[in-house]
Amino acid sequence: MTLPLIVALPFLGALLPGLMIRAGRTPCALTTAAFTALALLGLILHAPAVIAGQVITARIEWLPQLGLAASFRLDGLGLLFAGLILGIGLLIILYARFYLSSRDPMGVFYSYLMLFQGAMVGIVLSDNILLLLVFWELTSLSSFLLIGYWKHLPEGRQGARMALAITGGGGLAMIAGMLMLGQIAGSYELSVILEHRVEIQSSPLYAPALVLMLLGCFTKSAQFPFHFWLPHAMAAPTPVSAYLHSATMVKAGIFLMARLWPVLSGTAEWFWIVTSAGLITMLVGAAVALFKDDLKAILAYSTVSHLGLVTMLLGMGTNDAAVTAVFHIINHATFKAALFMAAGIVDHEVGTRDIRRLGGLARLMPVTFGLTTVAGLSMAGIPPLNGFISKEMMLEAAVHTHWLGGPWTLAALATLGALLSVAYSFRLVGRTFLGAERHDYPHHPHDPPEGMWAAPALLVGLVVAIGLAPMAMTGWIVTAAADAVTGQSLHPHLKLWHGLKPALVLSILAVAGGALLFAAHGGAARAWAALPRLEGKAIFDRTTAALAAAARRLAEGSHDGALTRYMAIATVAMVAAGVWAFATGDHAAGTRAGTPIQPVALAGWTLLMVCTAATVVAHRLRILAVLLVGVVGLMVSVAFAYLAAPDLALTQISVEVVTVVLMLLALNFLPRTTPRESSVPRRLRDGGVAVAAGLAVGALTLAMLMRDFALPSVADYYLANSKTEGGGTNVVNVILVDFRGYDTFGEITVLGIGGLLIYALTETILRGGPANDRLLSWPRDRERAGDRHPMMLVVATRLILPIALMVGVFIFLRGHNLPGGGFIAGLIVSIALVMQYAASGFGWTQARQRIDYHAMIGVGVLVAAGTGVGAWFNGLPFLTSAYGYVDPPVVEEFELATAALFDLGVFLTVTGAVMLTLSSLSRVAVRAGETVATRPYDTDPRATQTGGH
Amino acid sequence: MMASHWIIAPVVLPAMLGAFLVLALRHDLWLQRVFGTAGMVALLAVALGNLAAASSGPPQVYLLGDWPVPFGILLVLDRLSALMVALQAGLALAVTVYAVATGWDTRGRHFHALMQFQMMGLSGAFLTGDAFNLFVFFEVLLIASYGLMIHGGGGARLKAGVQYIAFNLVGSTLFLTALATLYSVLGSLTMADIAVRAAALPAGEGAMLRVAVVLLFLVFAVKGALLPLQFWLPGTYAAAPGPVAALFAVMTKVGAYAVIRFHLTVFPETTAAIGPMVETLLMPAALATLVVGALGVLGARTLGRAVAFAALASMGTLFTAVALGTPQATAAAIYYTLHSTLAAAALFLAVDLVRDRRGGDGLDLVAPPIAQGGLIAAVFFAGAIAMAGMPPLSGFLGKLLILDAARGPVQSWVWSVVLVTSFLTILGLARAGSLVFWKAHQSPAEPAPHPAEPWAFAALGLLLAGLVALTVLAGPAMDWIGATADELHARSPYLDAVLNARPVAQALPPEG
Repeated sequence: MTLPLIVALPFLGALLPGLMIRAGRTPCALTTAAFTALALLGLILHAPAVIAGQVITARIEWLPQLGLAASFRLDGLGLLFAGLILGIGLLIILYARFYLSSRDPMGVFYSYLMLFQGAMVGIVLSDNILLLLVFWELTSLSSFLLIGYWKHLPEGRQGARMALAITGGGGLAMIAGMLMLGQIAGSYELSVILEHRVEIQSSPLYAPALVLMLLGCFTKSAQFPFHFWLPHAMAAPTPVSAYLHSATMVKAGIFLMARLWPVLSGTAEWFWIVTSAGLITMLVGAAVALFKDDLKAILAYSTVSHLGLVTMLLGMGTNDAAVTAVFHIINHATFKAALFMAAGIVDHEVGTRDIRRLGGLARLMPVTFGLTTVAGLSMAGIPPLNGFISKEMMLEAAVHTHWLGGPWTLAALATLGALLSVAYSFRLVGRTFLGAERHDYPHHPHDPPEGMWAAPALLVGLVVAIGLAPMAMTGWIVTAAADAVTGQSLHPHLKLWHGLKPALVLSILAVAGGALLFAAHGGAARAWAALPRLEGKAIFDRTTAALAAAARRLAEGSHDGALTRYMAIATVAMVAAGVWAFATGDHAAGTRAGTPIQPVALAGWTLLMVCTAATVVAHRLRILAVLLVGVVGLMVSVAFAYLAAPDLALTQISVEVVTVVLMLLALNFLPRTTPRESSVPRRLRDGGVAVAAGLAVGALTLAMLMRDFALPSVADYYLANSKTEGGGTNVVNVILVDFRGYDTFGEITVLGIGGLLIYALTETILRGGPANDRLLSWPRDRERAGDRHPMMLVVATRLILPIALMVGVFIFLRGHNLPGGGFIAGLIVSIALVMQYAASGFGWTQARQRIDYHAMIGVGVLVAAGTGVGAWFNGLPFLTSAYGYVDPPVVEEFELATAALFDLGVFLTVTGAVMLTLSSLSRVAVRAGETVATRPYDTDPRATQTGGH
Repeated sequence: MMASHWIIAPVVLPAMLGAFLVLALRHDLWLQRVFGTAGMVALLAVALGNLAAASSGPPQVYLLGDWPVPFGILLVLDRLSALMVALQAGLALAVTVYAVATGWDTRGRHFHALMQFQMMGLSGAFLTGDAFNLFVFFEVLLIASYGLMIHGGGGARLKAGVQYIAFNLVGSTLFLTALATLYSVLGSLTMADIAVRAAALPAGEGAMLRVAVVLLFLVFAVKGALLPLQFWLPGTYAAAPGPVAALFAVMTKVGAYAVIRFHLTVFPETTAAIGPMVETLLMPAALATLVVGALGVLGARTLGRAVAFAALASMGTLFTAVALGTPQATAAAIYYTLHSTLAAAALFLAVDLVRDRRGGDGLDLVAPPIAQGGLIAAVFFAGAIAMAGMPPLSGFLGKLLILDAARGPVQSWVWSVVLVTSFLTILGLARAGSLVFWKAHQSPAEPAPHPAEPWAFAALGLLLAGLVALTVLAGPAMDWIGATADELHARSPYLDAVLNARPVAQALPPEG
């Protein structure tokens, strides 16, 4: 079986439980187990070759540009870990089948569990460190899901988030570390990296890479000071605690340290950081474990302590220590998983796992008692169990290591750790099972069904067997794994009796001391309770809460919908960037001569500026402000005319009229004045920003006006080719409908969309809701003109209508050669129609015409686009124009251009958009109580009723 | 040799279909749905055809009105523009299906027509080779997006809509100012011609050109939500209808696309008058955007705002890659563009499903579990993983690509900011997700019944499938994207294609 398949099997297995649960709980568990078993089988088939010293590899390219490949390797270390993961995984699946209650969604549980298993197998079989990172973070994610499995428990949710934050965060640091490592070695393949010990250790990036990577390992393996997440992860169901948080996931960090041991270890940095962190973790974990009352908490801190022990061994950097580390990984996995399962059994059967409420269970639950005792004694390091052997070897290694001030410091502290370990192990077993039977257990305790104790029993069997015959049971795998860790060929001898060495003395001391401490636990607990201490979770919670609060203030506070502030900041940024860009550039002053000031121009510009200033002063009086803006617009159109741009002037003036009319209509349904909302300093600030922006744009415009094009502009081409190529003498119109007709096509669509948008918005408002309610209760007490639809106006507009339409047609037709065109014509016709509506009211007028303005917009855009598409049939690109001259009888010869058809589209869209807007506003008016006139001209009905003014 | 008319189809097809929907189908929702969805399918097909055409040859130029360069407007179909149009079309198809399935298109008028016009605007902006025409299509997509944004109405949405349109109209004004300045110096609007002219600028004109260029990039920064012009984004995205927010995931990319296009093709660092001006401004702004976005995710009050801030952060990441300026980094940026568009869209749709069932997306809101909660939570989880850049989805690969491309003096800055903000994003999304999806189970109440809406989930599944494909096929995808980045950095394929383009009529015999 290929390695990728072994890794893939658990992932594939993750897909099925969610479905198989429909067939029942046992089929679900069996299907899940089948995938794990199959993967384990695949692994076992490779085992003989690996033990013989071969390294099995497989490789699938994934992202070669990055050096990321799905490449796998299986050596002794990988075999050991993958075996543990899959083997214990199988037992956990069995155990969980009986542990989970019928209320728990088992399918989901197994899916998460298999996801985790796949990720874990992936870590230990990866040959590419980027691929390893992928699996690494996947374990954090699946662990997040598993810890939060009981969604209704707040501690589960908090524990899950904390675990994700710490281990995921460490993973991010590791990303940086791995990338650095890869940059030094020139490859992300482990097989290459492991060859580059000298380069890596002499690189200036070694120290930062090491620290970043160790951050990842320490967070994952719960090393001090990141250990505090692990006990809170115990909110997960016990199978998860047993699997992830004792046997496998927390060993990922240790695995990685072992994996990279050949290239990273042996330096002073490595020794000091890793050994010290391991030692402190071992002591802190053991000390806390001694004073916890929750069985799972005791086991959790004990796990922390044992992980510290293995870390310390790896930090020492000697071959013996590495062998011991490998051996202890096996031993710890066996006894700790068994203990967790036993704790789960107690919790399950008794209904509590608080040892203050337990005791005396030995007779009631003999099987559980036996299993727990053997595993607990192994944890305490009592011969002839496997925990004893690795503890002896650990003490032996400690004796040979100089650390902080002398040869004995480390040995003494390691013995202290062992002593504490003995004490809490005794306490765990003693306070749960020994002593008098109680009468207040939450449930009636009894041993669980065989299915539930089978898994721990198997593990306990291993504990004893390994203890009695370590070499026969584990020699092969320890040798293979230790060879892989150290990169050398070692011949470790594992034996129960090490002879009369200092380690034995220390061991005896530890057991004796631990027993004494257990006996004196009451006093010690009081002393411990009196000690000041830092609670990791509290600090974490405070820190994250403070961080979240600060983030909320900063991010949400600055994005609180204060548009003026947004605008002020944006404007300042724009002005500053522009000024900076100008100041850092190469500038020669413009060479054009200024024109003398003409009186007419002076008057015009003065009026323009006065109106602008007046708008600023009067902006709270909305109608006045709109009128003033209208004056500004008219002055701009005058300026266009004055500066010989009649097309622009015509466009501007018609646009101005239409917008002012529509805005006045809209203002009808808004408050007349804008309330004062800003303080004087705010207004000064905003005024300052606005003035700065105005000055900047003014200066920029002046600079543009004072200089010629730096390079010849394209304008000359238009002047030269407008008639010959575009068929029109009005260059502006030819640009609009031909040279740049595509722009016009876009812009009329904008106008059309605008009309649709206003319509849709009106529909939404009128459908009900606060805006509609406001309209319905619109105050009617405003002063009104007595004659709503004055006869004079009606008569005048009726007369004007045909003339205005004629003008529209005329302007449209002449557009190609003289100022005019579809856009202006559309606006002129719209104004003529708007006047009819103004005179007789919308309802009356609307009833007398059949055109739907939606359709007008649709047809307009279609005609314009269709004209463009027509060119395709001549084999020419979109919007290529054609024109010719026709000489019909009676009238003069005139020109026919496809551009005119395009312009018709423009005309229709513009008219449709304006009229649709007007119609939308009228609908608002009707909702606000405006009545539809029944005659072309009338007076205000209410004014008539009250006798008129 | 004239380029094929298919180049302009992504503009003309939705424009005409949109007009047709308004003209003939406005009274029948089912017809609108059928034609709207079919239009998106057709657009996607055309876009994929164009993508295939662009992959197999040099950039193609389409001279509108058959005017010679640089006097008319022209479209350029190169690998990048073809890719962006395909991305937009794929996203729009998913969004349309989702909107139909959830009934969002019934909550206001003209949804499908506005979607078509939105497509027209986006395609036009991606395909154009003319600076002023880019402005025009920015307007098209802005007005259409405003219509979509306020679709369905409601006080909060209309308020956010006013801010959106007001802020973007400031951007439009700035765009016109920038174009006027640019034209007053260079005398041309065709992007390739501008590039040639900028390189041949006489002495004493540099400052004016620099002002034009900096203003132009500020416009793109408004579109791309780059600090300090990002303020419009969180409110807009959080208040917009879910499917529209999902579509908006590609709107910010228009800004990023324009920056890439103008920075690499038109005004590269080698232009004497401009130099490294763009990078100088872009890198700090990008990193700051990333930080603000990530803080926003952590501090957000609602799920929608958390996702909106995550979208902001993703723009920071994207612009960081763009600012690095190497071909490798550009390739990473393009990959990240694809990824973050799909991821943000998926998340916004997931948030919409939550809002619809939960009666709100406030994190403080106490609500019972929701119907289809497990599936929605799973979808959100997948989207959040992608968005935060956690393995195994494409976000992780994208971030690795960017980190790997960051070499030299900026490396430590880029690495620390990207990794620390990833951490904040993970914290924030985990918090938001667990409050919304897990905490609900404290309540013993059964979920309120809700229609199953399988097609809504299918649309979401389509986006997630895109993310998975981008992950699994990262190698081939990066081969293609790498070639695209090389083409952009080489410049000559684009410039030569435009400058050598000839009108069709010149090749035809004169008419008798």
